Amino acid sequence: MAGIGNQAGLPSVLTDEQLASAQLLPRKQPWTWVAAVAVVLVLANALYSILTNRGFGWPVVGEYFFAPQVMAGLFTTLMLTAISMTLALLLGIIVAVAAASRNPVLSSVAKGYIWIFRAIPLLVQIIFWYNLAALYPKLGFGIPFLPPVVEFDTNSVITAISAAIIAMSLNEGAYMAEIVRSGLNSVDSGQREAARALGMSSWDSFRRIVMPQAMRVIIPPTGNETLSMLKYTSLVSVIALPDLLYSTQLISSRNFEVIPMLLVASLWYLLVSTILMVIQSGIERHYAKSVVRP
Amino acid sequence: MNPIRARGIRKSFGALEVLKGVDLDLAKGEVLCILGPSGSGKSTLLRCINHLERPDGGMVELNGVPVGYRLSGTTFRELPEREIQKQRAAMGMVFQRFNLFPHLTARQNIMEAPRRVLGLSATEASQRAERLMKQVGLAEKVDTYPGALSGGQQQRVAIARALAMEPSVMLFDEPTSALDPELVGEVLDVMRSLADSHAMSMIVVTHEIGFARSVADRVMFMDGGVVVEQGKPQAVLANPEHERTRAFLRRILE
Ligand SMILES: Nc1ncnc2c1ncn2[C@@H]1O[C@H](COP(=O)(O)OP(=O)(O)O)[C@@H](O)[C@H]1O
Ligand SMILES: [Mg+2]
Repeated sequence: MAGIGNQAGLPSVLTDEQLASAQLLPRKQPWTWVAAVAVVLVLANALYSILTNRGFGWPVVGEYFFAPQVMAGLFTTLMLTAISMTLALLLGIIVAVAAASRNPVLSSVAKGYIWIFRAIPLLVQIIFWYNLAALYPKLGFGIPFLPPVVEFDTNSVITAISAAIIAMSLNEGAYMAEIVRSGLNSVDSGQREAARALGMSSWDSFRRIVMPQAMRVIIPPTGNETLSMLKYTSLVSVIALPDLLYSTQLISSRNFEVIPMLLVASLWYLLVSTILMVIQSGIERHYAKSVVRP
Repeated sequence: MNPIRARGIRKSFGALEVLKGVDLDLAKGEVLCILGPSGSGKSTLLRCINHLERPDGGMVELNGVPVGYRLSGTTFRELPEREIQKQRAAMGMVFQRFNLFPHLTARQNIMEAPRRVLGLSATEASQRAERLMKQVGLAEKVDTYPGALSGGQQQRVAIARALAMEPSVMLFDEPTSALDPELVGEVLDVMRSLADSHAMSMIVVTHEIGFARSVADRVMFMDGGVVVEQGKPQAVLANPEHERTRAFLRRILE
C-alpha cells in the first residue's frame, strides 16, 4: 500500500478550500527541449556544410535558376502535370461511376481499364503512345469494321507532348478511379436515398450531395498523386521532351556542372511541391468546414 | 379521392418474400400509424409507396394516378425515371436516421430540392426554409450545420426539408427510434401539430404507442409481410382481435 496514497479511503489531508482553489501547472516536458536542441544542432551543421562546400556550386545555381531553358522546362512540367491531372480526375470519376454501375458491360469495361493501366509501367505507356504510328500509321473515327468517317496521319496527332499527356492521363486515370471509388463508397447510402426521396435526379444527387461529401476522402490521396505526377513527368525525357529535370540535364551536359544543375531542378520541385501542399490544405479546409462545430 | 391507394403490394428480396400482398388506403388529412415487429416489412412498404423500391406486384396510386407506371391499354408501362422523380417529390419521407446532408447547413438542406426539382429561386427557397424552420421551432438554427444539432433537432430539420417540397402526403419511418428518450417528445410534438392542422395526410411507422393512441385516426398492425388487423386506435390498441397483435403490444408496453 505504501506510496499509492489514500486508497484505503482514509480522510483527505486537503481542505475543500485547497482543492477548489488549486493552482494547476502543465506537465514538465524536458525531453522536448533536448530533442529540439539536438535537431537544431544537426540542421545548423548540415546547412553550414552545404553552404561552405564548393562542390554544391551555389553561384552556378544562382546563375541558372531563372535561365530561359530552365523556365521553359518548368513550364512543360507544370503544364503536363496540370493537364494530365485534370484529365485523369475527370476520367477517374467517369470510370469509378461506370465501375459501380449495374450495367455489367459498363462495369467490366471500367474494371478492365483499371486493371490494364495500373499493371503496365508508365514508362512503357509513354513509349508506346509515342510510337503509335509504327502500329497504326493512320487514326480514324467510324463504325467498327467499316471504313472510317474521318482519318488522320498518326504522326500529325501524336507529338511528344500529346503522347506524354495521353500516357499520363490514362495511367493516372486508373489510379484516380480507385481513389474516387473509395470516396464514393465512403458516403452513406442514406444520403443518396434522401436525395432520391426528395425527387432529385441521380445527376443532381451525385453532383450536389454525394460528390461534395466524397471529396473529403478523395482530396488527400489526390494531393499525393499530384505530387507524384509532378515528379513522374520527368519520365518524358525518354521521348526527348525537355521537362524541368531534362532541361537542367541538357545544360549540365554542356557545362559539366552536374550537381548545381540538379540543385536547380530540385529547388524548383521543392518550391512547386510546397505551393501544391498549401493549395491542398486550403481545399481540405474548404471541404471540412461542415464538420467544425461552431 | 384518397391521396394514397395501394393494392396487392408484393416485394421479395431474393428468396425472402417481405410483402405478401398489402392493401393500404390513406384518406385526405388522415394519420395512419403502422405498428409491427422489426422485419415485418414496414419500411419496405413505405419505400414501395414512394417507389424507392419497385414493387414486384400490385400498384400504388397517388391522388388517383398510378405511381411509376402509365396505363396503356390493359397493361402498365414503366415511366421514365424523370416522371417517377416528379411523383416522388409529392411524397415527403422522413427517415429513422435523419439522413440530413452533413455538408450543407439546415437552410441549404431545405433549399436544395425546391431549387433543383421545383425550380424555385434562391430567395423563394431561402424564405421557405426560414418559414419551415420556424414552424419546427428552430428559427435560430437556420444556418447551423447538422453536425452541431442534437438528434431531435436534426430530425425536425429533416421534417422541414420534406415539407419544403409541399408534398401531399408525408411518410415517416420510425422517426424517433434513433433518438435519446428525452428528445423523442420534441419530434412527436412537431408531428402532432402537423396532424392537428388536418392539412397533411400522414403514414407513420412507429413504436410510440402513446403517439398512436392520441394522434392516429387509424392504426394498422403488420406482421410477416401482411396486414394482420387495422381500425380505430382505441379498438386495436385496447382490444386487439389477433393474438399476434396482443403479443406485440404486450412486449412493447412492458
Ligand atoms: N434492400 C434489401 N435487400 C435485402 N433484404 C432486405 C432489403 N431491405 C429489407 N430487407 C429485408 O426485408 C425484411 C423486412 O425489412 P423492413 O421492411 O426493413 O422491416 P421493418 O421496417 O418492418 O423492420 C427484413 O428481413 C430485411 O432484412
Ligand atoms: Mg424499418
